[in-house]
This record gives sequence, structure tokens and C-alpha cells, in this order.
Amino acid sequence: MISKNKWLSAPYILWSAVFIIVPLGMILYYGLTDTTGAFTLDNITAIASAGHAKALRVSLLLSLASTLVCFLLAYPLAMILAGVQVKRHNFVILIFILPMWMNFLLRTLAWQTLLEKNGVINQVLSFLHLPALKIINTPAAIILGMVYNFLPFMILPLYNALAKIDTNVINAARDLGANHFYTFTRIILPLSIPGIISGITMVFIPALTTFVISSLLGGGKLLLIGDVIEQEFTRTSNWHLGSGLSMVLMVFILINMVLSAIFDKDGEGSML
Amino acid sequence: MERVLQNKIANDNGGFTLVKKELIQLIDISKSFDGQMVLDELHLSIHENEFVTLLGPSGCGKTTTLRILGGFTGPDKGRVVFDGQDITQIPPNKRPLNTVFQKYALFTHMTIAENIAFGLKIKKKPKSYIDDKIRYALKLVNLDGYENRMPDSLSGGQQQRIAIARAIVNEPKVLLLDEPLGALDLKLRQEMQYELIRMKNELGITFVYVTHDQEEALTMSDTIVVMNQGYIQQIGSPESIYNEPENAFVADFIGDSNIIPAIMIEDKLVSILGTRFACVDTGFGNNRPVDVVIRPEDVILVEPSEGIIQGVVSHLIFKGVHYEMEVQACGFEWLVHSTTLFPVGKEVGIRVDPFNIQIMNKPESEDEEAVIIDI
Repeated sequence: MISKNKWLSAPYILWSAVFIIVPLGMILYYGLTDTTGAFTLDNITAIASAGHAKALRVSLLLSLASTLVCFLLAYPLAMILAGVQVKRHNFVILIFILPMWMNFLLRTLAWQTLLEKNGVINQVLSFLHLPALKIINTPAAIILGMVYNFLPFMILPLYNALAKIDTNVINAARDLGANHFYTFTRIILPLSIPGIISGITMVFIPALTTFVISSLLGGGKLLLIGDVIEQEFTRTSNWHLGSGLSMVLMVFILINMVLSAIFDKDGEGSML
Repeated sequence: MERVLQNKIANDNGGFTLVKKELIQLIDISKSFDGQMVLDELHLSIHENEFVTLLGPSGCGKTTTLRILGGFTGPDKGRVVFDGQDITQIPPNKRPLNTVFQKYALFTHMTIAENIAFGLKIKKKPKSYIDDKIRYALKLVNLDGYENRMPDSLSGGQQQRIAIARAIVNEPKVLLLDEPLGALDLKLRQEMQYELIRMKNELGITFVYVTHDQEEALTMSDTIVVMNQGYIQQIGSPESIYNEPENAFVADFIGDSNIIPAIMIEDKLVSILGTRFACVDTGFGNNRPVDVVIRPEDVILVEPSEGIIQGVVSHLIFKGVHYEMEVQACGFEWLVHSTTLFPVGKEVGIRVDPFNIQIMNKPESEDEEAVIIDI
């Protein structure tokens, strides 16, 4: 049956060729050549320069931090959702997915308006005679933006993994003498690892590569690797350097994806 | 069947005559979910070393009773007493009982050995003790050498046996089993029934077993508790449940039966469908409406002239061991099991031996009557 209907996959093969394989090839070409078209590794080794290395370090740090915050926020929520009776949990999940239906840029702009020096939050605070919040244009604002935008991507895989655990497996652990804490560390946490890995991947990769959040909420003070690459393409028009740095970033993404492929055999994240 | 019989005899010699100690008492347990009553003032005593089966259709409250025993749900009202101690408020991890769950509930991220060692590690037993226990338990369930396998690589029957091994290494005084054989095929189920009886005798502990399968209940139990709609319908040995059902529900649920409305004329004489039959029951009063239960294998087909009543065979099915026939007689369709064939359309006589007529009180209302009995 599968071989007979092989031709059905033609549109997808065409799509991936034109929009995935070819662009990747172009990145590879630009990344490994200089303006004269000669082969060079300079674009890749450029990551070692002080400015670029710092941008990569800051990016890794901020995306790791926001992934951690997402995880700490999402895990208890996913546990509650997985425990809630069927009637209500779809509604709660909807509330968390709802923002995802709005444009990413709009949501981030909204946070900018909220957090600004004379923004909505500070107006309310000053009305209440409370000290103003100086969070805009700091790393904290960037993390806040990342967490807000990517939290649903952490909640859903975790929820999927936790909802799959048979209540009787948890009952069995309790029955065999495990208290709540032991049951959590030895049964619930290990059984949800596929969801955890999935969630980390789904948050970490977009957080690592984003440039919108940092330029809108970071005020351009803090350059992330995504900003650097964006500028190389749009402002300095140095596609070669931009491609080279993209390839470096891709290595981190690939490492993450390999890890997720090893642990997430059932495809908990595939729901998204 | 032979082995079951031997076990029963062994039990008889082992001290059925002694007064058994009451190990568990469920006292006036009530429980409702979303306003629907699941258990209504249930009262049940379970004795030491007994194989007790809670039997009933789905929704009868049998699983809820087991979950209350295990501590996974609390009763709305009532108390659970274990060995003289009130354990109603004690969480499952502190109860001296272990449970074998429906669909096994093994820890899929652990090896078989780790699964079995789970409870013992919590109790901080020495490693040599744990290793011995694992070996002993795997031997008991006939799965020696499976220590390092993962649960997913085992068949359903094997997984179920690991679940039993995981529970018994903790040496519980009572093992709770929630339809443990429900997911297995017929042949394996029958094999596991014998295994369970053997284990129960080897371990000498109390088994509380939940099932909706009446054959399973009859095969394994010392005592059967028949439940329906949150009430206990009858408690007794498999023989008494089968031969002397106390109401129409029990008679209908346990095996095939003819349940016929009748009038008790006087002691030892009942009028069934207008014909007088001799019976052995007394104490129902005179001219009282009752129900009689006659098992299909107790209906004897003879030549018309020799029968108490006469009828015509209307259906015939070959069932292997016997023929199943339906006989139209006196406006009632009699279900008959017989090794002798009577062809469809043949006129036959029906005879029933007095001791095979079981008289039951009629339920007072249309609803299934509540019968609360203590052992």
C-alpha cells in the first residue's frame, strides 16, 4: 500500500526541497565562502571574536534561564492539569494556548507597552504611590518575554507525558510504601522524561535563536546571537558572516535535537 | 477441577472447623461519586487466610470496596478495621496490605528486579535480603531468570505474574487483587486461576479478589460476596451461592437458571405454574408468592407419561459437554441441560427432584432488594 501511494508524498518532497534543503545549501555555501567566492572558514571562526562570543554566551545564558523558568512554572501546572477531571482540563489548556493564536510580534510589543518607563504597569504603580518598575531594557525583561512566549511549548509536552501515566502506576507505588515525595522522584519524574526533553527543546531552540524579543524588550543594549546574525543579513549585508554564524548556532540546535530524539521516542512534542 | 477439589479438601483438613479470626471489618461503609450512591452502608468481615471474592456486574461497588481497603479512596461514612485497629484514615503506603492492579501497573522504566525490589528498598532491607526475595518471588510465579528484562518485553500473563511477585515480596497479610486476569485470554486465565490458588496456599495469606467473572469466583474462592448496586446480595461458599441463591439476582448472575414465579402452598409443597411440586424448604408460610430457582442441569426430561408436567422441545443447541434445550411447558420456557438428546418438536415430560427446587422470597419492590447479611 505504502509503495503504491508514494506519489502522494511528492508535494511534501518538493516543499522541503525548495524551502528547506535549498536554503540550507545556500547557507552552507555562503558560510564557507568569502565575497570573492573562495573557500574559507573565517566566517565560522568569527564566532571566537570577542563580540560574537559574548553574544553567543549571553544567548545561551538567557535561553537556559528562560527554559529553566518555563520548566519550573510548567511542571506543577502540567501535573495539576493531568490530575484534573476530563471536563475542565480542555478549558484550562485552551487558556494557555490562546495567546499562541495571536501574532508573536504583537504579543511582544504588548509587553513593551506594559513594561515601558511610562508604561501601563508603571502608571498603575505610581497611581498607587509604589516605586516604579525598572525592568525594560534589562536581561530580566528579555527572560520575561521568552518565558511568556514559549511557556505553552513547555506545558503541552509535559502535560502529554504526565497524562499518559496510569493512575494505578502511582497508586502501585503508594501501595508498595512510597510516600508522595518518593513517588514523585522515582515514578512520576522518570516517566515524564520524554515530555521534559521535548519541552526543553521546544523552548530552548526558539529562545536561543530569537532576535525580536531582545530588540523589543532589551532595547538593543544586549546583543543576542540572533540579533547579530539578523544585523549581518539586513544592515551590514554580509551574508557570508551571517551564514557562518548561523551554522555555529545550528550545531547547538542539532545537539538539542539529537538529545530529544534519544529520549522522546514516543514523540510527546509531536502534538505541536 | 481436580486440583481445586484437592485444595478445598486441604483447606477443610487445615482447619475450617476452627473458628477463624476476623482480620478485616468494613463497618457501615458508604461512598458516593457525583451524588450517585456506589456503596450503601456496606458491612463485611474478612477472615484470616480466606480467599474472598467480591463478585458482581460493573458498577456494583466491588472495585470501590477494594480501593477503600487499599486506601486509594476514603469512604464518605463508616470505618475500616484491620486486625482490631481502625485504619480508615491511614494512607496506602502505611497499610499492611498490597494490591495487584488491573492491567498490571508495572513501572515501565525499571527492570523486573527493580520493580520487585521497589517496596523492599523503601523499607531499607539489606541487599542480600532483597536479592533472595526477588529470586524467591520469581520462582513462585514461575519466571526465574527474568530479573534484568524490562516489563514491556513480557507478555500480558507474565506481566501480571510480576505484578503479583512485586506485591507478595512485601509479605502483606492481605493481598488485594483487582480483576487481575481480566486482560488475559481464556486459556491463560484458567492457568492463572490454578496458579493463584497454589500461591495462596503456599503463602498462607488472605486474598481479596475482585471479579465480574462468576466462573473465576466459583473456581478459586473460599467465600464469595455477591454484590449489586452497592449492596451485598449474598455471602457464602461457592457451593451455597450456586446451589442456594437467596434471591433472583444471585441466581441469575451465577450460572444459567430457570427463575419461575410460584406459590408456596405449605412447608415442602410448592405450586409452580399451577402444578404441585414437592420440595424440601420450610418456613415460608402458607400460600405465599415466592420465586423458585431450578438449575438447567436439574431439570430431568423423561417420557411424557413419567413427567410431573408435559411440554414440547422448542430449541436445541449442542454445547460440547451437553445439549442445551428449551422446553415449552405450562406457558414457561424451561432451560434444560442434558447429555441425552431430545429433538425439536418432541413431546417430553419434566421432572425435578425435590432437593433441586430452591425457594426464594420475592423482592418487595421492582427494584433489586437490598439484602444485607453478615457472615
